[in-house]
Amino acid sequence: MANSPSNVSPRPFESMRQLASNMVVGRLALLVILLLAWEIYAQFFADKAMLAPPSSIISALGPKIFGDPAVFAAIRLTLYELAIAFSLSIIIGLAIGVSLGLSDFGRSGLLPIVLLLYAIPQVVLLPLVVMLFGIGPVSKIVFGFSHGIFPVILTTVTGMRSVSPLLLRGAESTGASQWQLIRHVIFPHMVPTVFAGFRLTMTVTLLGVLLAELFVSISGIGYYASVFGQSYDPAPLFALILTLAFMAIMLNEFVRILERRFSRWKQ
Amino acid sequence: MRAGLKTASVQVFFVLAMLALWFGVTSAAMLHPLLLPEPGKVWAQIQKLAVTGSLWKSAQVTFYEIICAYVLAAVPGVLVGFLASRTVWATRFFEPIFAGIFTVPLVLFFPLFIFFFGIGPNAKIAFGAVYAFFPIALNAIAAFSGVDPLYVRGARSMGATTRQLFMNIYLPGALPGILNGLRIGSVICIASVLGGETISAANGLGHSIALSAELLDSAQMYAWVCYVVVIVVAINKSLSAIESMAQRRAQ
Repeated sequence: MANSPSNVSPRPFESMRQLASNMVVGRLALLVILLLAWEIYAQFFADKAMLAPPSSIISALGPKIFGDPAVFAAIRLTLYELAIAFSLSIIIGLAIGVSLGLSDFGRSGLLPIVLLLYAIPQVVLLPLVVMLFGIGPVSKIVFGFSHGIFPVILTTVTGMRSVSPLLLRGAESTGASQWQLIRHVIFPHMVPTVFAGFRLTMTVTLLGVLLAELFVSISGIGYYASVFGQSYDPAPLFALILTLAFMAIMLNEFVRILERRFSRWKQ
Repeated sequence: MRAGLKTASVQVFFVLAMLALWFGVTSAAMLHPLLLPEPGKVWAQIQKLAVTGSLWKSAQVTFYEIICAYVLAAVPGVLVGFLASRTVWATRFFEPIFAGIFTVPLVLFFPLFIFFFGIGPNAKIAFGAVYAFFPIALNAIAAFSGVDPLYVRGARSMGATTRQLFMNIYLPGALPGILNGLRIGSVICIASVLGGETISAANGLGHSIALSAELLDSAQMYAWVCYVVVIVVAINKSLSAIESMAQRRAQ
């Protein structure tokens, strides 16, 4: 309990910093303990065909994942699909969101349709998407896009609604055109909300792309996941998945940094 | 209430317009029937699936998986949420760990579930349970750590036991947040079980959709999609209704 911030300390900043560094050290220690336990269990107790120790997963990273040009190309292709799906979600989602948020007709007449479509569990449409767009990158981009566009539309509409009507009326009464209204009043105010939605967009776009990648098991990441799994060689399977998880974490951090950069003006 | 009615009427109108468009496009033969079969053929398949009992056979498997997965997510989720929020330090230690894991699309790990549990129901139960655990635990942590410490101290000074403290102070105080997490968890649980079935399974609703797509029987695939969309939306809506009813009672 010595670390509890409720304890009044003469130098609060010092104790806060101590607490923060304790947290990081503690989490790292937890990670190390878990990895050690995994290593010992996998080395001495587990079935080698089912569980690989962390050491052999790491040594599989070189030759089996990054060293194999075909596996590396599959990972790169997934990143490429994600980048296109993410950009399309943002561009088209912003365009639809702004046009819906601008008018009463959009908000009360068209937004319910977006909400209706958003309620559909999209994963049931995955076989249809692959049937329509083939097993290549297009179906993965489409499925990632169809996941990513909804949070962008909804946060854009919410962000536009968060602009105080007083500011809108002020700008209108001083003779601002529709475009000036969007550019100078609405847009700067909706940036923080919209960017906060980008991280969710990144997560769900990646979810859509990966679902489609894993569903199509005759090419790409889905193919290697099933090949590694069927050959009962867990080290490359774990290595592939950890590589993708690391990629997901990095992308998430990247969007978080962007978010911080763009909402700075408000402070 | 009036706004809700307006929203619903717009949605009904949209569905009717889409149906009309479907009839128009197929009768003018603008799309290949493999991509968009005639509504009549899909309707015939919808009836056939119900009459032959294949709907019930698939739905049974999926419901079983969803219920097992949900129980396995909800009980540990609330419990871990309670334990991880016992002290301020524990909350600030564990909350970012769970939140961090949850930002990674966990579908990445689905091949491991197939690897460990095979393509039977167990893989989907484990996958759905793990996926739904995180939103439930995260909301429970937020809810339990938001309980006013004044009440806790008050009850303790009057000699409440740990059990009484949990049942009479923590649980009622945290209930709205827990219910919210349970509802989000149910949506995620259903979606991940269906997703798992679609990617790799031997039976279940998701598998039926994927199989009829593979066999290029698009009328049957659309029929399955109609059933699953209606079932899932109905479950989600009724759980939301139950949640808001419970929220009102909890206040």
